[in-house]
Amino acid sequence: MTGQSMHRRELLRGLAFGGGLLLAVRFGATASADPGPLVASPEDAAFAPNAFVRIAGDGRVTVIINKAEMGQGVSTALAMIVAEDLDADWKQVGFEFAPADLVYAHPGFGIQMTGGSTSVAGMTPSLQKAGATARAMLVAAAAQKLGVPLLELTTESGSVVHAASKRRLGYGELVADAAKLAVPTDAPVKDRKDYRIVGRSTKRLDTPDKVRGKAQFGIDVTLPGMVIALVARAPVFGGKVRSFRAEKAKAIAGVRDVVQISSGVAVIADRFWAAKRARDLLEIDWDLGAGASTSSEKLRAEYAALAQKPGMVGRRDGDAPSVVEAAGSKAIEALYELPYLAHAPMETLNCTVRLTADACEIWTGTQFQTVDQGAAAAVAGLKSEQVKIHTTFLGGGFGRRANPKADFVVEAVEVAKLAHAPVKVIWTRDDDLRGGYYRPMWTSRMRATLDARGRVEAWVHTIVGQSFMAGTPFEAAFVKNGIDSLSIEGSEDTPYAIPNVQVELHTTNVVVPTLWWRSVGHSHTAFVIESFVDELAARAKADPLEFRREMLKDKPRHRAVLERAAKESGWGTPLPAGRARGIAQHFSFGSYVAIVMDASIERGRPRVHRATVAIDCGRVVNPDTVVAQMQSAVGFGLTTALYSAITLKDGRVDQSNFHDYPMLRIHEMPTVDVHILESNEPSSGVGEPGVPPIAPALGNALFALTKKPIRRLPIRSEDLA
Amino acid sequence: MPIDLEVNGKRVSVDVDPTTPLLWVLREDLALPGTKFGCGAAQCGACTVHVDGASARSCVLPISAVAGKRITTIEGLDGKFGAALMQAWTEQDVPQCGYCQTGQIMSAAVLLKEAAKPTDGDIDACMSGNVCRCATYVRIRSAIHRAAEIASGGGR
Ligand code: FES
Ligand code: FES
Repeated sequence: MTGQSMHRRELLRGLAFGGGLLLAVRFGATASADPGPLVASPEDAAFAPNAFVRIAGDGRVTVIINKAEMGQGVSTALAMIVAEDLDADWKQVGFEFAPADLVYAHPGFGIQMTGGSTSVAGMTPSLQKAGATARAMLVAAAAQKLGVPLLELTTESGSVVHAASKRRLGYGELVADAAKLAVPTDAPVKDRKDYRIVGRSTKRLDTPDKVRGKAQFGIDVTLPGMVIALVARAPVFGGKVRSFRAEKAKAIAGVRDVVQISSGVAVIADRFWAAKRARDLLEIDWDLGAGASTSSEKLRAEYAALAQKPGMVGRRDGDAPSVVEAAGSKAIEALYELPYLAHAPMETLNCTVRLTADACEIWTGTQFQTVDQGAAAAVAGLKSEQVKIHTTFLGGGFGRRANPKADFVVEAVEVAKLAHAPVKVIWTRDDDLRGGYYRPMWTSRMRATLDARGRVEAWVHTIVGQSFMAGTPFEAAFVKNGIDSLSIEGSEDTPYAIPNVQVELHTTNVVVPTLWWRSVGHSHTAFVIESFVDELAARAKADPLEFRREMLKDKPRHRAVLERAAKESGWGTPLPAGRARGIAQHFSFGSYVAIVMDASIERGRPRVHRATVAIDCGRVVNPDTVVAQMQSAVGFGLTTALYSAITLKDGRVDQSNFHDYPMLRIHEMPTVDVHILESNEPSSGVGEPGVPPIAPALGNALFALTKKPIRRLPIRSEDLA
Repeated sequence: MPIDLEVNGKRVSVDVDPTTPLLWVLREDLALPGTKFGCGAAQCGACTVHVDGASARSCVLPISAVAGKRITTIEGLDGKFGAALMQAWTEQDVPQCGYCQTGQIMSAAVLLKEAAKPTDGDIDACMSGNVCRCATYVRIRSAIHRAAEIASGGGR
């Protein structure tokens, strides 16, 4: 290894880990001892000064995206950040997805992953540095070539310019020389006032391929000699195969084999349809195990009973339980219930694996490369560095493709070990909806008292539900003193100024596998808190907006979004008869969002006319993406509020496809107005923070119409009568 | 027995299980992966193609039922409406994850053919069979209006 390349490696590590707190989580995956050129350069003349950017001889800039593109626009946003500090010509910028390597680790979590709405905030320093470093080297190469002092050179839009002599060199003309230079460690990043890309609405780089059907998703991957597998999984969580008969299945033309794996029985065939028909003909004797007694109705009753008991304390200010108890029948109490939720990404899960004696290649849409890599290596009996992951586009993720257990990857590697050919495991929609890893079911009991002036004096939030992270490698990082911080997020940090606050948690143990789901714990706490605040406001005979403002006096950013959404929605002005507005706000993933929902009830069902959204997510990279994510959050949140529930009877999931796990459709989508607050704070999350306040804002509008609070999701017609 | 059909203007002959849905023949035998699998049950529209010019859910259409028919997929969608839709979709950055979008565009193409200037009601009626989990509906609606404008000569 030459001194220069060693220097480069050190810089790469520095970029990836610099400035971040490394959590003590490791998954057996290690960075390759000698990663070689981290980014394969197809063009010999290409200049790749670091792991995130490559410039070709024709001036094309390729930004290496270490995050999953699942619709949130991250490939464009991250490319914009690099392009800004590189001073690139945006028309010359493209991207490709990074391989699995710890050089691409999340700066905060120490593994390569996409989640927590952290991509822009987390990657900004490294990417600015990557762009600035490349730019500095191009300028140095130009100085040598033109024989002028560095200080006389400037850059603009993909060229180095020597104004005095009116000479200009395109970046492409400089790559060969720049590649020979040492990589500087101190290249200055741009002053924000000089920005011309970041902060302006910019067309997404992935749109042209997506509208032509050319974007490659995991399910589109095809390899020579590839076979297709479908897996019959246990009908009950925790169930195991006792025995199976496959004669009928094997009689289907095109079926190659039927094999048992840890999750069930896999049918391996030449084509999807043969595998599907054969799977339907399998005769499997399942040992269902204890899970067969699980039922959501039973769980609801158990959760409601648990909620009556004191739980583990997640926050204690003052002595809220005593104040509430002393108030006796004057205390206000409500029980809120939320079901299990499936992520239901539009592209069902799938994973393609090519396994040889000393290598495992995986193609899949994943949010969790490092975890998948380590898990695949363990199953394949290989070292992590022998597992290569090709991240494709994700047809939606919402957290499902970031599984600490790497379920869909582990399963595909198990099949590959028995398939003797490259294999693509495809999940059908029923497999996807019944496959577990749901947002947990939650029950919350709220108790509060109001003082003589109608202000909240005491507030007790008792939460009942499964842990997100127990039993995963993340347990140590997230579960402290028996409390999974994700279970109570959004509640333990409620911003409202209340003298006595207590948040309690009962963590239940249920066989149903759970997982983070777009907005994680906030997906339940925001609904409960914001709905209950409206119930309290009603009791205090206060306007829901004023009631919140009063409790947010010391929270300027919360108040600003709330007031903005209210103002833009025309809060307080008359609406046509039969319509009402509901308001909610929530802080999550570093961002502040407030929503006003304008709704009515038509033929016994809610109808949403307009959603007014205000968001403060710090400095914005691509404003149009923020707008798009808020529009998406409204639709996604309304689907949840109106339709989504995974329920179980005798351990079996009731739902199987979009007819019984429905999605909002175009005729139900309201007008959405999005207002982004100007901010000079650091960038914060965008993909998730819009979701939490949607359901309570709708519930509050319906409460205003019917005077009956919405305490259960999804909203049922009987709650509106 | 081979089944003959026309796909994107080309005559093809496929020798597969006649119960195989058209979707999987397109994706696996004809290397046309732009048509997507979302539900397999005519519930989501991700697999929308044109059969003799009409919208069809290819996930529930046995290949035997389309023998001799003219199939158009996203890869072969051209002409005035296809170009207008792709331009409008790009101008407005409609896709998020993008997975449903080819099906959305195929449905919208039939709508434009039938209604040169579709109303919001026309859009609701024609497009409510196409699910978008990313909920890009606001932009789908406005892009259809924009495409209608482009197709009628209002494009730049
Ligand atoms: S895949 Fe055909 S309608 Fe969903
Ligand atoms: S863009 Fe993701 S499902 Fe429509």
